[in-house]
Amino acid sequence: MTDDTGAVETEEPVEVAERPLPDIEVLKGLFESFEDVAWEDSLGQDVARVPNERWLDFATAAKEAGFEVCVDVTAVDWMRSRPDRFEVVANLLSMRHRLRLRMSTTAPRLDPTVASLVPVWPGANFAEREAYDMFGITFDGHPDLTRILMPDEWEGHPLRKDFGVGTVPVQFKESHKVS
Amino acid sequence: MSDDAKTLDVWVAGTEEPELTPTDEGAQEISIDESGRRLDEQFGRVVEDDYVFDDEAEEDERMILNMGPQHPSTHGVLRLQIELEGEIIRRTKPIIGYLHTGMEKTGEQLNFSQGGTNVTRMDYLAPFHNELAYSLAVERLLGIEVPPRAAAIRVLLSELNRCSSHLVALATNGMDIGAISMMMYGFREREQILAFFEKTTGLRMNHNFIRPGGVAADLPPGWKDDIAAIIEEFPRRLDQYDDLLENNPIWVARTKGVGVLSAEEATAYGITGPTLRSTGVEWDIRKAFPYSGIEQYEFEVPLGEHGDVYDRYRIRVEEIKQSLSIVEQVMDTIPKGDYRVDDRKVTPPPRARIDESMEALIHHFKLFTEGYKVPAGETYVAVESPRGELGCYLVSDGGARPYRMHTRAPSFANLQALPIAMADSLMADTVATIASLDPVMGDVDR
Amino acid sequence: MATTAPGNLLMTTIDKAARWAKTRSMFPASFGLACCAIEMMATGTAHYDLSRFGMEVFRASPRQSDLMVVAGRVSQKMAPVLRQVYDQMPDPKWVISMGACASTGGMFNNYALVQGVDQVVPVDIYVPGCPPGPQSLMHGILTLHDKIMKGEIAS
Repeated sequence: MTDDTGAVETEEPVEVAERPLPDIEVLKGLFESFEDVAWEDSLGQDVARVPNERWLDFATAAKEAGFEVCVDVTAVDWMRSRPDRFEVVANLLSMRHRLRLRMSTTAPRLDPTVASLVPVWPGANFAEREAYDMFGITFDGHPDLTRILMPDEWEGHPLRKDFGVGTVPVQFKESHKVS
Repeated sequence: MSDDAKTLDVWVAGTEEPELTPTDEGAQEISIDESGRRLDEQFGRVVEDDYVFDDEAEEDERMILNMGPQHPSTHGVLRLQIELEGEIIRRTKPIIGYLHTGMEKTGEQLNFSQGGTNVTRMDYLAPFHNELAYSLAVERLLGIEVPPRAAAIRVLLSELNRCSSHLVALATNGMDIGAISMMMYGFREREQILAFFEKTTGLRMNHNFIRPGGVAADLPPGWKDDIAAIIEEFPRRLDQYDDLLENNPIWVARTKGVGVLSAEEATAYGITGPTLRSTGVEWDIRKAFPYSGIEQYEFEVPLGEHGDVYDRYRIRVEEIKQSLSIVEQVMDTIPKGDYRVDDRKVTPPPRARIDESMEALIHHFKLFTEGYKVPAGETYVAVESPRGELGCYLVSDGGARPYRMHTRAPSFANLQALPIAMADSLMADTVATIASLDPVMGDVDR
Repeated sequence: MATTAPGNLLMTTIDKAARWAKTRSMFPASFGLACCAIEMMATGTAHYDLSRFGMEVFRASPRQSDLMVVAGRVSQKMAPVLRQVYDQMPDPKWVISMGACASTGGMFNNYALVQGVDQVVPVDIYVPGCPPGPQSLMHGILTLHDKIMKGEIAS
């Protein structure tokens, strides 16, 4: 978001006020206290784009703001279409305020690491283990980051886009893809 | 490790076989309540046996017992590693993954209208709810609204599915605790509902009927009579369950005060559904974030108090009654109209028109070979399945297939409560606790 | 095999009697994995009663059972467990592979599933369906009984 004037202003703090903010009070307060977190409206749902190093801070603040439940933590593998390969997404729920919030951050291709949300919400435990198992993303601070769905000695991370589906050729089926 | 005596930590040590002398490596101990056994404080339970509560048991008298994955009472392929001190459970670790099917990877290979076949097999006891969450997510990305008749049909089927899923939960709950007749009763009622499903969708389970854009076909003629027969029959049958279980002292003794969860524990671990409501938290997505027109129907959300197995059983019975009342309201008020959205880019044209119109033929061809393209975006939609919050996180990159399809499985999160609910309880209560949490392993492992 | 020599008349009668006994109360080992397990349970309960064939008792322990109905999808993690349970069953034993996922991997042709349980254990009867209804499963079981009675499947 830039100013309407043609020249580039370097010291004007006006840019901060022009950052889009949600209308709901609870969310507004939360976003205002984090300047580097961008708010986005994705098809009617509130999404917070959090930089990787602020992940745990934002989560703690969200919990204090009333998001008592972490519904889910998952990841998306964007391969080369984004500068950072992985996106880690956490869905939050506030029962008190009847609100949902989605927060997402990025992790690079080599040695993807994100802070673990288990100290804030213990319920993120299994979900982060699954993200580790399926994508290979390391969660700092997770009490037990081991494979949960695949056998322990499995090599590779199945949901990465460069991990093949593993289809077995089926006789009389012309195309190799499942569909 | 925190010093608080009441910390509710979960033993999540590594998956290698633990040594018999328990180490604290990576393990967070469930703290032993020294002041008095929780069992003593539980409802109406007076225990007199000394040997069970032998306080002088040494640390190295603990035994590690492996339960499952092939076990009659673990509700599927769940493996539990239980550390026992005598008969009391100290630590538990659920090990899952024995039913991992790679459904999320398969979901990326199937196009959006085929996705329902994949998703429906996740929580195989509540297939309509899986399909509903997925369809709602796709429809949100597409930006379409289904017609009111389709929404009503969806509500009808998913509430009937809630009944049939709770019947299985009650049946297996009863059978695990010993009331084997409950199994027969539960499945007998379920057959009635499944007969209706077979008439409507063609299949008893895993229907792939609720699709993005509406439902696959309209309700069959005479469906009102079938539903009326179900609604008339069920209250009597539910009374039979009460006769068998409600005042049965064995049932009460085995379920009251067993597998207790508190509201704080449940919210911290992301537990939803009847398990959360048994602790007293009133949270039902049908009331909080209504979907598919369910706000037009009047129903109550039963709540529990103590958070034990008895409360969860009671809630499930009440939820069956409430679902049947919703079904009756749908039957009375269902609007006429289309059963799927009219947009030819999403739903196939009627078969008769394919012979008449070239455009219909082309649409049909493109839909069934390539599939419709969904605009790029991401969304998360949650429905209230019989187990809790079933959500679908869908990311599309503008193509005909999902870029990422992730299902937030309620049983996956609910299983995290298992070590907490089982802490400091007897070995025999394990079975009752697992049954009451009602995990479906297809949901857990996907 | 039967010959008409008088010495073997007794053996064939005993053989037939043994085959009759094997089929008349075959205890299944509960190996319900996924959706097919629910249909297997539905087959065992009152509406489609398996107890009329003497099979309603699903033995928890494989050491006390004759028949293993692999009901559901077998993942890579579960395959060794499946083999172990099969090995623990005493002879004579039979395996019914119930459902599409157990028979061939079903609709999940991917990394996570064993594409057909016959890669792990020898299968006698394949019951197709996703999930096969109770009638299909019973047809499979009765076909197994027939084949044993006729001597086509030795065990």
